[in-house]
Amino acid sequence: MNLLQIVLREGFIYGIMAIGVYITYKVLDFPDLTVDGSFPLGMCTAAALINVGVNPWIACLASFAAGAAAGCVTGLLHVKLHITDLLSGILVMTALYSVNLMITGKKAILTFLNLPTIFSSGLGGLLQTGLGKWSGLVMALIVCVVVKILVDLFLKTQSGLLLRASGSNPQFVISLGRDPGNMKILGLMFGNGLTALSGCVMAQQKESADVTAGTGMVVMALAAVIIGTAIFGRIRFMKPTLAVVIGMILYRACLTIAMQIGLDTNYLKLLMSIIFVIALVATRVNPGRRKHNAVINRSKI
Amino acid sequence: MPSSTAAKSETPIVSMEHIYKIFNPGSVNEVVLFQDFNLQIARGSFVSVVGSNGSGKTTMLNLLCGSLSPDEGKIFVQGKDITKLREYERSRFLGRVFQDPASGTCPQLTILENMALADQKQGHYRLRPGVNRKRAAFYQEQLSLLHLGLEDKLEVSVGSLSGGQRQALALLIATMTPIDLLILDEHTAALDPRSSETVMELTQRIVQEKQITTLMVTHNLKFAIGFGDRLLMMHRGHVVLDAADAQKDALDVKDLTDRFNEISIEDGN
Repeated sequence: MNLLQIVLREGFIYGIMAIGVYITYKVLDFPDLTVDGSFPLGMCTAAALINVGVNPWIACLASFAAGAAAGCVTGLLHVKLHITDLLSGILVMTALYSVNLMITGKKAILTFLNLPTIFSSGLGGLLQTGLGKWSGLVMALIVCVVVKILVDLFLKTQSGLLLRASGSNPQFVISLGRDPGNMKILGLMFGNGLTALSGCVMAQQKESADVTAGTGMVVMALAAVIIGTAIFGRIRFMKPTLAVVIGMILYRACLTIAMQIGLDTNYLKLLMSIIFVIALVATRVNPGRRKHNAVINRSKI
Repeated sequence: MPSSTAAKSETPIVSMEHIYKIFNPGSVNEVVLFQDFNLQIARGSFVSVVGSNGSGKTTMLNLLCGSLSPDEGKIFVQGKDITKLREYERSRFLGRVFQDPASGTCPQLTILENMALADQKQGHYRLRPGVNRKRAAFYQEQLSLLHLGLEDKLEVSVGSLSGGQRQALALLIATMTPIDLLILDEHTAALDPRSSETVMELTQRIVQEKQITTLMVTHNLKFAIGFGDRLLMMHRGHVVLDAADAQKDALDVKDLTDRFNEISIEDGN
């Protein structure tokens, strides 16, 4: 029971990142490696701000903004300086390592034990007195659901539709009189903002930020996106944002089970990559993506 | 906006003046395509352009749309110099339909969402709901112009339409907001013969109904003869045949193939 609670809690927190990576990878069709840097960026920003007494919710907004700035840099490198998408991400990810150390004041781990976080103060505090150890899970769920709903709403707005169009057909965006490069930058800001927010919530839950926590985040988030959209993508009423969060929970569950049956924690990252490869290959074998061609009478034209 | 019609009828809607374009200058692959190329298109005309591969048809369109810029020369639309404008900036007054039916629409979005995006072209893309339900009736009315039954399939994703249907929709989307010039870039070339006939008929109907100045590049000599009021044949960056109205009506497919053959012989092919 305790294990289930941890899997769900971490699934929801990392799920925020999965939604962010869904935007860059699936909507924008951009393999963004900045994520490995923007996740700890969110953690460090939160830790630094909470340590100086900033409200934890303000810290969440600040983390989102910091992540968005990182995404913006990746986008500018790619769009304005014409550096390839993968390399732009790697460059920013590497640079962020130093930035994160700057934020934490050259500490690899920055703790903020017993300071107010979203889990321990305000609404989180109320949950804690009412629900005890389940409060962390409920708080993570609330944040994740709010993010999911906001992203779903955004993707249906005029700029949301334009963002989706620029991922699948940049030429179409040009013919609408808009610069697809700007849309790319916007999407990267959004995706990395959410990733940093995910890092921020994770840091507040652990009451510490770890500069090295970013390693493997891209792999984990992409795995969640691929697993989620492959398994649940065909279900009409399920939005992809929900699918990727469930994908993340499943992925966390696999890792937790492996640890439980006695896998050495040092092999965690190896396992993360292996599960990713399995997910990637398994979804390729099963290419039955949405097919509703039959709806249209092709003989008409 | 038609202000003083008398003066406007004299200024061409599109004017390419003294265009020079050299590809890969200074290398062994140097191709001198345009040397002092000039073209004027009058308001309301429908110009068909034919020519063999490498004659400069597509380059001319790319220069007009801004995906290429000329080495020298200026391009005017409605008397305004647009030479320095970027491709997406020109899209606000130029509509383009490509050879590839996948280019003109977004496959992931529904017909309704595609049309809603196109509807917003002259305005701003904000955080308002992307689809304005009140406009659905207008979209249906526009779609019914196509006679393809798409007006009942607003919620169907465009990716599941056939090439011909997508091209018809692309044509509608390109002409939905007021534009100065419609550019058709071999827009029937990737379709099967029957679909290309249908799309060509649609083109004719839409262009007439909305009175849009049109520039059509095609490899189909029958279409070039059968549609439009002016025909250009291009060769090596020059207009070698420019026939309008009665002169064009007198042309038939054989005249064009003969002319093509003459050019080929001059080239020694």
